[in-house]
Amino acid sequence: MIEVQNVSLTLDNSPVLRDVSLTLSERRIAILGSNGSGKSTFARLLNGLRLPTEGRVLVDGLDTAKHGRDIRKKVGFVFQNPDNQIVFPIVEEDVAFGLKNLGLPAQDRARLAEEVLGRYGLLSRRGQSSHVLSGGQKQLLAIAGVLVMDPEYVVLDEPTTLLDLRNKLKIANAIEALEQTAIVVTHDLDLVSKFDRAIVFEEGRVLVDDQPDRATVRYIKAMQDA
Amino acid sequence: MLDLYVARDSPLHALAPGWKILALAIVCSVLFAIDHIALSLGALCGTLVLYRVARLSVAMAWQQVRPAWWIFGLIFVAQLVFNSWLIGLFVILRFAVLLMLAGLLTLTTKSSDMIDGIEAGLTPLRRFGFRTEGISLAISLTLRFIPVLTQVVQEVREAQNTRGLERNPFAIAIPSIVRTIKISEEISDAIDARGF
Repeated sequence: MIEVQNVSLTLDNSPVLRDVSLTLSERRIAILGSNGSGKSTFARLLNGLRLPTEGRVLVDGLDTAKHGRDIRKKVGFVFQNPDNQIVFPIVEEDVAFGLKNLGLPAQDRARLAEEVLGRYGLLSRRGQSSHVLSGGQKQLLAIAGVLVMDPEYVVLDEPTTLLDLRNKLKIANAIEALEQTAIVVTHDLDLVSKFDRAIVFEEGRVLVDDQPDRATVRYIKAMQDA
Repeated sequence: MLDLYVARDSPLHALAPGWKILALAIVCSVLFAIDHIALSLGALCGTLVLYRVARLSVAMAWQQVRPAWWIFGLIFVAQLVFNSWLIGLFVILRFAVLLMLAGLLTLTTKSSDMIDGIEAGLTPLRRFGFRTEGISLAISLTLRFIPVLTQVVQEVREAQNTRGLERNPFAIAIPSIVRTIKISEEISDAIDARGF
């Protein structure tokens, strides 16, 4: 369970999040909101990439401000643009990067990398340069690079924004199949329809926190009224 | 190292990268230390044999040298003017052998293995407080982001072309640098997020 307790965050003297309190325990949670609403910053709080100016974030009782390294093992993070997340030039090397950071020996890294690449249909690409993959394959590789570390939670920041319909569906299926708790920041309302919960951010505050069907109706209305 | 690795079942592929890097360094040093054309010719023959041992074609050896022909041309002309055509040929031969050997290293070694080898070679620096894994990560990032940054510049150039600014170097450089800085911030977060 992730607990966000009275969190405010200021960046460059501008308030980005204002007194946000949430408990995240559902299996699939969507984070919605307009551009600049604070949703991506909120996502970065969950694995300690950003720390609150006030309040605290607890992941299974661990404070992100004090246990950054442990938190990052527990909470995997998939970024919007896979090109900025893939660190190594070769597909299988990139998947093995996180495992190396966990201190796993080379043999185990190779075995686990093979397993996760197989799961995402990238095994035949294992020896290829990551930059020649399609957009969808790159996003799957980014997800594979995170999941191979076996986190308990996965935060995905707009994972389908840069993709065409076919690749969007692939990523949606991959999210659906995740065993972990997934917290997905997105503008894609179709993607979240089967989720357990949707939280809408506006100007750094929680505007709506409800089931996806009801939350999206209120979100659309708020955007139309704005 | 970007795309060069060619998977083969050969003793050279199986050899630890550290040994290959060390051998390359020694051969390069010997070739430069001993000015003898017979030695360079012998090294050329030996290099071509090594390509065959690695189950790679002679054409692949040629591919390593081909992009440098214009440099070879300049060297040859300079030597012709200041020394003799024979010395020109000798210098070119020596450079060609070095390029083929360096190419052989990258053709037979995965970049991750190469980086592990460099990291292992730098291990003694840990005594002085260096984070050697940081150095190897920097090498990986350099290799990884050459095509990404090339693409960034290409996109900016196309955007500026449509606005008639293709001849203005600032119009291409400044947006490219800004985008690169933004990318670097996200890469830094991504590396953090994966437990480095």
